[in-house]
Amino acid sequence: MPKRTDIKSILIIGAGPIVIGQACEFDYSGAQACQALREEGYRIILVNSNPATIMTDPGMADATYIEPVEWRTVEKIIAKERPDAIIPTMGGQTALNCALDLDREGVLAKYGVELIGAKKEAIDKAEDRELFDNAMVAIGLETPKHYIARSLEDAYKAQDLLGFPCIIRPSFTMGGSGGGIAYNKEEFEEICKRGLDLSPTNELLIDESLIGWKEYELEVVRDKNDNCIIVCSIENFDPMGIHTGDSITVAPAQTLTDKEYQILRNASIAILREIGVETGGSNVQFGINPVDGRLVVVEMNPRVSRSSALASKATGFPIARVAAKLAVGFTLDELSNEITGGITPASFEPTLDYVVTKIPRFTFEKFPQAPDRLTTQMKSVGEVMAIGRTFQESLQKALRGMEIGICGFDPVLDVEASNAKDVLLRELKDPGCDRIRYVADAFRAGMSVEDLFEHTAIDRWFLVQIEDIILEENRLKGASLEDFTHDVLYRLKRKGFSDERLAAVMGLSEEDVRNKRYSLDIHPVYKRVDTCAAEFSSATAYMYSTYEEECEANVSDRKKIIVLGGGPNRIGQGIEFDYCCVHAALAMREEGYEAIMVNCNPETVSTDFNISDRLYFEPVTLEDVLEIVHIEKPDGVIVQFGGQTPLKLVTQLERLGVPIIGTSADAIDRAEDRERFQHLIQKLNLKQPPNSTVRSLEEAVVEGKKIGYPLVVRPSYVLGGRAMEIVYNEAELKRYINSAVDVSHESPVLLDHYLNSAIEMDVDVVSDGKQVVVGSIMQHIEQAGVHSGDSACSLPPYSLPMEIQDKIRQQCVELAIELGVVGLMNAQLAYQDGEVYIIEVNPRASRTVPFVSKCIGVSLAKIAAKCMVGISLEAQNFTNEIVPSFYAVKEAIFPFNKFPGVDPILGPEMKSTGEVMGTGATFAEAYYKSQGLGALNLPLNGTAFISVREVDKPEIAELAKNLHSLGFRLVATKGTAKIIEDAGIPVMSVNKVMEGRPHIVDMLKNDEIDLIVNTTEGRQAIADSATIRSTALRHGVYCTTTIASAKAVYEALVFGGDTSVNSLQYLHAQNTS
Amino acid sequence: MHYKPAILALEDGSLFEGIAIGAEGQATGEVVFNTAMSGYQEILTDPSYAQQIITFTYPHIGNTGTTPEDDESDKVWASGMVIRDLPMLASNFRNEQSLGEFLKQRNVIAIAEIDTRRLTRILRDHGPLNGCIIAGGELDADLEKNAAGRELALAAAKGFPGLVGMDLAKVVSCEKSYSWEEGFWDLNEGHRKPEQEGQFHVVAYDFGVKRNILRMLTDRSCKVTVVPAQTPASEVLAMSPDGVFLSNGPGDPEPCDYAISAIKEILETDLPIFGICLGHQLLALASGAKTVKMKLGHHGANHPVQSLESSKVFITSQNHGFAVDEESLPDYLTATYKSLFDGSLQGIHRTDKPAFGFQGHPEASPGPHDIAPVFDHFIELMQASKAV
Repeated sequence: MPKRTDIKSILIIGAGPIVIGQACEFDYSGAQACQALREEGYRIILVNSNPATIMTDPGMADATYIEPVEWRTVEKIIAKERPDAIIPTMGGQTALNCALDLDREGVLAKYGVELIGAKKEAIDKAEDRELFDNAMVAIGLETPKHYIARSLEDAYKAQDLLGFPCIIRPSFTMGGSGGGIAYNKEEFEEICKRGLDLSPTNELLIDESLIGWKEYELEVVRDKNDNCIIVCSIENFDPMGIHTGDSITVAPAQTLTDKEYQILRNASIAILREIGVETGGSNVQFGINPVDGRLVVVEMNPRVSRSSALASKATGFPIARVAAKLAVGFTLDELSNEITGGITPASFEPTLDYVVTKIPRFTFEKFPQAPDRLTTQMKSVGEVMAIGRTFQESLQKALRGMEIGICGFDPVLDVEASNAKDVLLRELKDPGCDRIRYVADAFRAGMSVEDLFEHTAIDRWFLVQIEDIILEENRLKGASLEDFTHDVLYRLKRKGFSDERLAAVMGLSEEDVRNKRYSLDIHPVYKRVDTCAAEFSSATAYMYSTYEEECEANVSDRKKIIVLGGGPNRIGQGIEFDYCCVHAALAMREEGYEAIMVNCNPETVSTDFNISDRLYFEPVTLEDVLEIVHIEKPDGVIVQFGGQTPLKLVTQLERLGVPIIGTSADAIDRAEDRERFQHLIQKLNLKQPPNSTVRSLEEAVVEGKKIGYPLVVRPSYVLGGRAMEIVYNEAELKRYINSAVDVSHESPVLLDHYLNSAIEMDVDVVSDGKQVVVGSIMQHIEQAGVHSGDSACSLPPYSLPMEIQDKIRQQCVELAIELGVVGLMNAQLAYQDGEVYIIEVNPRASRTVPFVSKCIGVSLAKIAAKCMVGISLEAQNFTNEIVPSFYAVKEAIFPFNKFPGVDPILGPEMKSTGEVMGTGATFAEAYYKSQGLGALNLPLNGTAFISVREVDKPEIAELAKNLHSLGFRLVATKGTAKIIEDAGIPVMSVNKVMEGRPHIVDMLKNDEIDLIVNTTEGRQAIADSATIRSTALRHGVYCTTTIASAKAVYEALVFGGDTSVNSLQYLHAQNTS
Repeated sequence: MHYKPAILALEDGSLFEGIAIGAEGQATGEVVFNTAMSGYQEILTDPSYAQQIITFTYPHIGNTGTTPEDDESDKVWASGMVIRDLPMLASNFRNEQSLGEFLKQRNVIAIAEIDTRRLTRILRDHGPLNGCIIAGGELDADLEKNAAGRELALAAAKGFPGLVGMDLAKVVSCEKSYSWEEGFWDLNEGHRKPEQEGQFHVVAYDFGVKRNILRMLTDRSCKVTVVPAQTPASEVLAMSPDGVFLSNGPGDPEPCDYAISAIKEILETDLPIFGICLGHQLLALASGAKTVKMKLGHHGANHPVQSLESSKVFITSQNHGFAVDEESLPDYLTATYKSLFDGSLQGIHRTDKPAFGFQGHPEASPGPHDIAPVFDHFIELMQASKAV
């Protein structure tokens, strides 16, 4: 039975901004759904607030709404577009929740819209713990035992039934805070008392502990004829107790016999039937007791998920695409398996002849106050996947793709140190993000597989292979290059050792090992991911490297361009760069080149085998890239779109004769090297904030005085604002130099004069080497000093004088010409007291490229890529800046709620994971919408608390007057209150925390505050006021930490809540007319 | 662990050099591949693999060790095994013996550390090829010095007669009849013993029967008597069965004339008959259809098979190199299932008799249980037959 013809238009709900637990895998699934349904002739309407996605490219849907994924807004879109159906299974939990809200609020009934892909009953049954438990009982499956307790007495009754250890979770606390595992009565009582106190409903969930059990996931697809297939089985390296998103996982399952695997398979299918998932993909998670095989169902998700994206990449079976087709009535046997070129149907189960390993990527270093242990709550921000013919090979490939400065099992601990044993035991028993490296170190320290199993409960099958890797490394110590015969080196390469790791172990350089390997003619071969273990020939060039006999790369003699991807998502390098890489590949294909993608991030659209002509799922390291270049012999390699990951390879690649296209390595160096950059600025007669590079404390003090405080200080060798701070006086500078960084001749510290209260701008330009076109100027809302990635910005600028804008344009064009930019360039500038300062120039794709492209309706990344292969801007007919006829505001989204206790203050170090975009006829409307897109909504009235730093005090009277006029009651700390009072505005004064109780935090806890304006500066003041902001976060109170954003908030409040919704296609049509 | 060298040669001249992970010696047979990712022990002990060398496409084989619970017969029938990697350690709560030890104890020759994907691609393009493994023995660790060994392996590969025309059913069959009293495996109870005597007496011809077939019958209230392949129909009928089962097995069905004539005789009686794999092919031959050697046999646990009646798709376990030619079906034999991989015939049913066959392996072991309901159909036929 073919597709449904009773529906004509379908609304796809996206996942919104990238947050921890919901990343670009939903761009991958959403983009696939758009394509899959559009090619069937349906009219596609899309809503997603995240402008950095491929799915929100205007060509992906018929009507694209970059609007809040929130039922009231979606209702407006439904009223306008009148879709026949909504598919809620492609946008993660956000989309499912939004669909449930639309149903509950009667919107679906009112407009006669049908939910397809998952019915409300099925969603409810899967999400509601009690309904789910009952459903599992009905089909004879167990779930973990659990009880609800509302008193200590209840809790003890539950504990009696569950035994020790057991898991205690207070209900409704943010990030599961206050919970814990109790191994004895004392711990139990302590955690329960604390939990009952913390829970707003004075309620505890007490769960049976499955800690140490094995964890498995199955990805299941079912169609309306009850045809079911298991696309992939996944076994977690980390046992139960660590969120599966934070676990290292391996596909396929390794340690199940067929009899046990079939139990999981049958159970998964029974669960889909019982829950009622009729058309689409689901993920089912199981816990298995390693001692006796006892099985419990942990949970199921009736939608595509992070795991299904991983499973799609791991197997070559595009789950989201197939699920979308099933939702409109196709059955599995009617769909073909694209990877085999359609010669086999989609109704089969992929079989693998390789091993896939996924390792999550964490950024705890950004949130030093947050506990860095892995628990049942997800904290990772990205992941790496690697494919190898064996587990050892795929594991070592994954490790070197992580972008954390390791090239394999680099030690994390000095095992000779006196406290090494203690550290090891702690890290093994209470795992953090480097757990697997501590496992390796434990072997280095002489521990056995059995010791490690006892401490970690990681399956011995995995442990013994890590032990083997370490034994190999130990044998290499003291060996020399002469010991590398062909057989010895080949055997090591087959185990997945990188040249760099071998070199590190032997005290050689990577180049030594590489040259030796070349002299022995040892190169990897490339095998294909084909869903069928070579049973059928594959039409698709989806490949991975390994050391075997036969190479299946089968390279073409076409003109070809390699695009290097960005590796794992992390804070500072996310989906924006993947967006650019995808566009580069598409642009190359448009121009008749064979596009070759190299990346190792399974969440992304770039690693969809349909995006490029050829996909190498490989770590983006020098060795892996060189080998691909070696076999492909490309006409050009693009490094400037994937962020720092490929960019940092540019010098070495160029030196080794790899044809880099676009801006030269020298130009990149000229922009990045402080001294060369200074010369450039001077040559062009531009201005830079006074700055200096210092190599000692004494030098810093002298230079600091010369430049003038406040100073922005940072080590020269890190990127993304790591360890960047603002210091306001010499004492703080000394403290920074002494404690925060290692300053030395080799690693100097950079000092810049901090332009207080300056307006900051981001500018993206594109150049073909001769002509430069400004993509756009974005004015930041937050003043300079807040990392540009964390700052909201307005396009076009909302308060920057036109002549200043023109001056900025002219300066950026001059910079691009002088640097010889071919492709993209991003510049950050500041405007203070009539002067424009150049803060930073990056001749590469920036984080703002997708946002700009969505605003101007032209893909800057595509144009830039075409420039790189010699197609001029004129030939591309892009010679003039497009200034939108509407306002768009990009706002950053932060993961603070995942890290309880963290101070959500903004500063020079980037902390945001994602972004949203709001559009409107005015800046106020666009800003209002951007603020409603995150976790917190802007309150239109209530009580506002104001407490500002000295510098902002002159501005506070007006702000207070404005808020008062909107009907807000005002509360302020004494100093601020005095100014407000003097201006004749009623205000209540409240104690700071140190001034005694009741104080402001008490008011917050009592839910007496609705809006906070809290600006502060200096380390001590920030620390003193941190509880205000972290309490606000916990209580969901809107908090703004800069005076500039407070002013924008006022404008948005004046605008009020009456927003309109407009499709991108409509907005772009206004641009050109 | 130190392993001795091993060589695999194919009749087309392809050579693979690896390590010996099982017994030492020489093994020849038809080289086939199996794409199942689990169930290596069941596959190795499946009598249908007699005279075949099995290549597993999944690289790590042996992860869960072995346990007598998972044997599909009392020995390893495959003549050899080819894998990419034998794990250093077996990990599973049911493991009793590592795969390496299991192979050595049963004198099975096996080679590892070769590019099994390259081998699979050769077999995919050419169809199954005869091959020979030489493991350990005289082979030198320096493979350059093994010209003689390579020649020997190649000659043995070329000298293997192949499976066409080879009647292996009678070779692997039991010598005398026995009754079977073990049910399906359960996580808590292991192989269950039936609580009461079966309602239906089924006589099962052993052409190389897998134990799980007998277990599936036992679970469905059958009292099963297994008889040797060459048991005359008269003897079977003398046991007054309620139904006759024709098992799976190795080799070419055509030379099994004794079985074909016995089936013809039993068909005359209108007793329900159910054949699996080789048994299905023999039923077809006894019904006047023809069988052919396939260019690409089916060996895996992920094969979609569609019911021609309901259009429903079942993921099945498959292991056959011969198939019933759909063109040759007489009027009273209808096609019931087809493979969605290559459209080949997967099931037949007599329109005039309560007799049917299924090409794949509804007993799974290894593989998905989706198509197990075909056993229920056999029970229904016996019920209907008894009611008359």
